[in-house]
Amino acid sequence: MSDSTHTAGPSTQAQRIHEHIVEIVSDSGEGAQKAGQTFGTISAKMGNGVWTVEIIPAEIQPPARSPAGASGIRIRLSSRYVTNMGDEADVVVAFNEQVLYSRIATGAYKKGTTVLLEGKWRDDPVPEIREQYEKAVTEFRQNGLVVHELPIEQACLEITPNPRKGKNMFVLGMLCRIYVRDKEQARTEIANTFKRKGEKVIDINHQLFEAGYTFAEENIDLSYQVPPQPEEETKGKRFIVTNGNTAVGLGVMASGMELVSMYPITPATSASHYLAEVFHEVGGFVHQAEDEIAAIGFAIGSSYAGKTACTITSGPGLALKTEMLALAVMAEVPLVLVVVQRGGPSTGLPTKVEQGDLLAALFGEPGDAPKVVLAASTIQECLEFVVMSRRLAEAFRIPVVLLTDANLATGVQPYARPEPTLDWLAGPIDQSEWDEDVPPYQWDEETGLSSRPIPGMPGGEYILTGLAHTKQSKVAYDSESNQLGCDMRSRKLAALASTLKPPQIHGDAEGDLLVVGWGSTLGAIEEAVDRARTQGHRVSSLHLRFLSPMEPGLKEIFQGFRKIMTVEINYSDDPDAPLINHETRRYAQLAWLLRAHTLMDVDCWSVVYGRPLQPGTILNELLQRLEAMRAEGGS
Amino acid sequence: MFGLHADWSQEVFERYFTMGDYAGGEARWCPGCGDHAVLTAVQRIMRDEQLKPENSVAVSGIGCSSRLPHYMGTYGFHGLHGRALPIACGVKARRPELDVWVATGDGDCFSIGTAHWIHALRYNMDMTVLVFDNAIYGLTKAQTSPTSPLGFKTNTHPSGAILPPLNPLTVTLGITNASFVAQVVDWNPPLLYETIRRAHQHRGTGFVRIIQRCPVYAGSLSKAMQDDPSQFLILEHENGIAVEDSVRRLFPNRQAHDPSDLAKAFALAHDASRMPIGLLYHNPDAPCYEDMSSKGVGLTSQERLDGLNKVLDRITI
Repeated sequence: MSDSTHTAGPSTQAQRIHEHIVEIVSDSGEGAQKAGQTFGTISAKMGNGVWTVEIIPAEIQPPARSPAGASGIRIRLSSRYVTNMGDEADVVVAFNEQVLYSRIATGAYKKGTTVLLEGKWRDDPVPEIREQYEKAVTEFRQNGLVVHELPIEQACLEITPNPRKGKNMFVLGMLCRIYVRDKEQARTEIANTFKRKGEKVIDINHQLFEAGYTFAEENIDLSYQVPPQPEEETKGKRFIVTNGNTAVGLGVMASGMELVSMYPITPATSASHYLAEVFHEVGGFVHQAEDEIAAIGFAIGSSYAGKTACTITSGPGLALKTEMLALAVMAEVPLVLVVVQRGGPSTGLPTKVEQGDLLAALFGEPGDAPKVVLAASTIQECLEFVVMSRRLAEAFRIPVVLLTDANLATGVQPYARPEPTLDWLAGPIDQSEWDEDVPPYQWDEETGLSSRPIPGMPGGEYILTGLAHTKQSKVAYDSESNQLGCDMRSRKLAALASTLKPPQIHGDAEGDLLVVGWGSTLGAIEEAVDRARTQGHRVSSLHLRFLSPMEPGLKEIFQGFRKIMTVEINYSDDPDAPLINHETRRYAQLAWLLRAHTLMDVDCWSVVYGRPLQPGTILNELLQRLEAMRAEGGS
Repeated sequence: MFGLHADWSQEVFERYFTMGDYAGGEARWCPGCGDHAVLTAVQRIMRDEQLKPENSVAVSGIGCSSRLPHYMGTYGFHGLHGRALPIACGVKARRPELDVWVATGDGDCFSIGTAHWIHALRYNMDMTVLVFDNAIYGLTKAQTSPTSPLGFKTNTHPSGAILPPLNPLTVTLGITNASFVAQVVDWNPPLLYETIRRAHQHRGTGFVRIIQRCPVYAGSLSKAMQDDPSQFLILEHENGIAVEDSVRRLFPNRQAHDPSDLAKAFALAHDASRMPIGLLYHNPDAPCYEDMSSKGVGLTSQERLDGLNKVLDRITI
């Protein structure tokens, strides 16, 4: 490779910037994710706001050098708290040129994005590969990418005979040099990453890191300084770094639940992987059931016996669990069901992001099955809401469905460490004597609430049934009993709603446009709204955590705006598509709910691209809507 | 002194349970239904063993047999069709001290709940599983069940069942970690009592297939069996189900069978000419899942909190 193909000379003064987005893209199994997570952790420890998200191919071992096989990671590091993956990347490290194509197709890069590309393919013995490579580099440059070709593997060969395995730490060294990361911090993190593999492996990876660092110093003329967040944001606070699924696992432990009963399903399973590793330290157990139905059945059995349990799944699993979920509603068994949503319907997009299970969570069961439905909108909420779910499930004797999604599941960021106390964990279950005169469903007529006997309590013996039943839990087919049972189960939601506060508005309480969201889009929506407001637009947003019951006061809030629209990652008809009119248009899922709930003309914008919404994309849409509103007249 | 323990005076039975303590609502099965006999046997065993009603949980699925919990005075869980076993296993998972009984039927266990039948037997949690097999769907009114004999006329197969029946014994014996597999008929009270008692005594899943009469929809089947006891083969062994003389007088065919002999159990189960009655297989040492699933149950809240903080420390930056 000629010297001219990469920027020569030592780096100059670091350029101060407030944030950057970095990607490492590779074939599967080249360690890009490990390098990226380590880079993210180093940055978080240096006080930066960080969000990392993995780029995951659908197959375990996709063909090498193929666009579909793109595997890797994006790291957004900032001088402020980060809530989402951001827009186009600023710097990309790529181990081959083909994987970049799929990233380009998703709009991950912009004109001026710096690409640090493994250059060995230019001299590959296979002529087709050389041709592919040259063609791609030419195309990239024509499209405005700034490509630097670097002999990464060749440099690694000086340290390890298997650079395919080791070059990720070399790249980590490069990035740490480019972003002026603390070298000692980096060495500590590398030691942490490989601590299970022993001293020798740690040593080689340290060498690779140092080599990458020096290589960048001598060969790459890029240097950026991303200062830490303001001290008041971080001072005296303790942070933990996890993805959303680990957060769910921590939430299970922090809630005091002792049992997770699950069946493997992407993208939910890693929550159970984490628990399987650590749950025993708090005396808990992960049951891998024979199927999704058995998983929830096992959890319900445990909950019935006084040990409230959690089951974790994704869309297809939710579908299979509906009958059991309805049983838990009918028999008023507390239960926590976490749904890490993915693309649907059917097997759909197992590894991709969608918010398509909201209506299924609310209405998936035949008959009336009122239950609590919550949605976490941050990784931190993935933890906190599991704790809340358990409390609600027990206090209201009801199943709680907690929705998260693949975006939260795979996003990693630092957030405030929970500081649990003894009262977070429930004490031993009540085994005292039950007053025989109190029926097992002593419904309070106003709230529908009742307390339940637990096996082991003398005098409380009753037969739980999924059939319509009386207060005594006796099977009853008469009209009055069925009406009363349905009334009481529904009333609990109204009772819960009466304890909720109206949601907070992000921005002014009045304006032209109010954007309503739920779940993992929080950060991207608020960032888009902030940018629109900076441009002088009268836009605000509101994000719902409770979907059942709905948070109070929505209609009053909506009345402060000329137009209301939801922004969601699920399907809706484009109003301009063929045959779509006001009668045929199918709305995004939250929009359906809000239209019914408020009787207001709530509009929506939603797409099912299988990836997180980015602030820039939302901003464009908002600006178009505002422009259309202006054209229609008004302010 | 005088053969009494020094602390004998502390062994005061504050509560003595009678059959009434184990009875719930009045059983509403049809007259002549074999389920009545099973219910009585279970209640008698509970009385004889003086089991605390509050510590027993009767779990069932859906079907005629699954009404059993409603007629018990214990805790009960009348769940979903086919799903009694996962719920029962869940009850046991973190409450291993509870005494769990499962009532299920041929449709419930051998058809819609097949997956759980296989896996619950493999988990081998300490519970008694009674399969009321009347070879017909009764509650939904006479549809073919997996164990309906070939040619048996039902509402779903008016010209007769078109497939040979599933053999629940060979399937059950084939499940890894199955530890107690017995078969009995509902119309011989001493044998029924003794078989269920042994299943309950066994630590692990005591699986009993009860050949059960449905006088309404499958009366011809049970009548034929009751009329001709020579269709059955009574298994006898010192480690098997104890057989009374009255039983011996009734059933002409008897054979010695060591319940630890799995290969022999298979052969007996496979022989369509004579239905084995007794304990086909018993392995008292098979691992029980609750020994794993209930680890940590006894931790104090403080210990849990300390554990949680340790886990959090590891990911704190």
